[in-house]
Amino acid sequence: MIEITQLTKTFRKFKALDDISLHFERGQTISLLGPNGSGKTTLIKSILGLVIPGKGTIKINGAVIKDQWDYRSQIGYMPQIGRYPENMTIGQVIKMLKEIRKDCKRYDEELIEGFNIPAVQHKTMRSLSGGTRQKVSACLAFLFSPEIFILDEPTAGLDPVASELLKDKIIKERANGKLILITSHVLSDLDDITSHIVYLQEGKLLLYKTVEELKKVTGQEKLNKIIAAIMQKNHPKECLHYENNY
Amino acid sequence: MRTIIKYVLFDLLRNKTIIVYALILAAITISVSGMGDNASKGLLSLLNITLLFVPIISILFSTIYFFNSVEFTELLLAQPIRRKTMLLAQYAGIAIALSIAYLAGVGIPVCILYYTAATITLLVSGLFLTLIFSALALLIFVLFKDKTKGIGAAIITALFFTLLFDGLLLSFIYSFSDYPVDKPLLGLISLNPVDLARVLVLLQLDVAVMMGYSGALFKKFMGSATGSIYTVICMLCWTVIPLIIAARVFKKKDI
Repeated sequence: MIEITQLTKTFRKFKALDDISLHFERGQTISLLGPNGSGKTTLIKSILGLVIPGKGTIKINGAVIKDQWDYRSQIGYMPQIGRYPENMTIGQVIKMLKEIRKDCKRYDEELIEGFNIPAVQHKTMRSLSGGTRQKVSACLAFLFSPEIFILDEPTAGLDPVASELLKDKIIKERANGKLILITSHVLSDLDDITSHIVYLQEGKLLLYKTVEELKKVTGQEKLNKIIAAIMQKNHPKECLHYENNY
Repeated sequence: MRTIIKYVLFDLLRNKTIIVYALILAAITISVSGMGDNASKGLLSLLNITLLFVPIISILFSTIYFFNSVEFTELLLAQPIRRKTMLLAQYAGIAIALSIAYLAGVGIPVCILYYTAATITLLVSGLFLTLIFSALALLIFVLFKDKTKGIGAAIITALFFTLLFDGLLLSFIYSFSDYPVDKPLLGLISLNPVDLARVLVLLQLDVAVMMGYSGALFKKFMGSATGSIYTVICMLCWTVIPLIIAARVFKKKDI
């Protein structure tokens, strides 16, 4: 569904992405992991066309996305920091997005109901807490039931109830055959929802494996233990040379 | 595009800075016109206020607004929208909001107090300054990644056109006073939108000769009609060219 070949992006002298090739399919939940500054957000933004890569191509459903814009109707994006025009109310923001997306007639308002957004929809964006803003971002990402979800730190700042609700929604969408890309530093949040792990470091792709494989190789059950084991370089060679059979 | 303009306006017309801007303009306009009974003098003071306030407020406010809405821009660009549409819609929203504030602050009082042809040109030049300096703000926004640097550039741009340019012009006239500098000077004036706005109004008032070199020159060389048309064309260029460059640069910008 998403095919990335030899993607390279440099900011001045700094290589944010270095020769990345990846292939994602429907029904996968991919966790993009890596330390700060490893290129996760740059990779996401390249797929969205917000960052223009220096080399390499990205194909979505077989079509190269360079200089295109209408492919984004298939993507639901939840940014890391959601900031909205201060004087607009939640209701207005949602209505605005609906008016922009005239192509979409059926809305998925499950999260809007779940987060009880209608009760606060007259509040202005300025007056909202970080968590509530995050909830609005989540609602907007799921509103047009896209084929691909790109969620950048979705659970950061959410309370446990909202966080569980969002995770349930992610699991449900994956079961519907959607492709989901997540970055997060809260590994425990990713435990039950991830099917694949992509690990980036300094812009390079270190590994791309299914969670099952990693569990087998490292002998650990929990995601944070698995990642810790890999980072301690107990098993990196083994992991890297393991056949890629996604 | 229309949707984005509509909602940017929704947001901006409730923005406190815009409201205060309109109120201050209105207060100044009313107090200035109360001072003298000569309409022409009143308009001249208003012209000076417009030339001083409008550029700096327009460019600063727009630059800050563009930089503050980077995250929202990012969210909207993740929707199926062309980058150019998004950028120009945001510009249109902010330019319309600032124009409304100017018209409400200066336009309404001035039209009630003294309504002449010169009043209309004052309003036209004020609106042009709004459009030009918010277009320059847009250009600054796409050229700079950092908000602080962007705001610095906005302040320098505004000061350059309102203060520094005239100083440079004077030193130019002074150093080349032995040569016929009149015609090159006309060309140089076209390089400053604030001067163009001044000339446009002065051509309508009969004090052009009194109000400095540039006004007298324009009157002498072109007469009122051609001079006005020329300045309007120059100001249109000053609006459109920054917008075109901004759209070009934005196409390749990483957000």
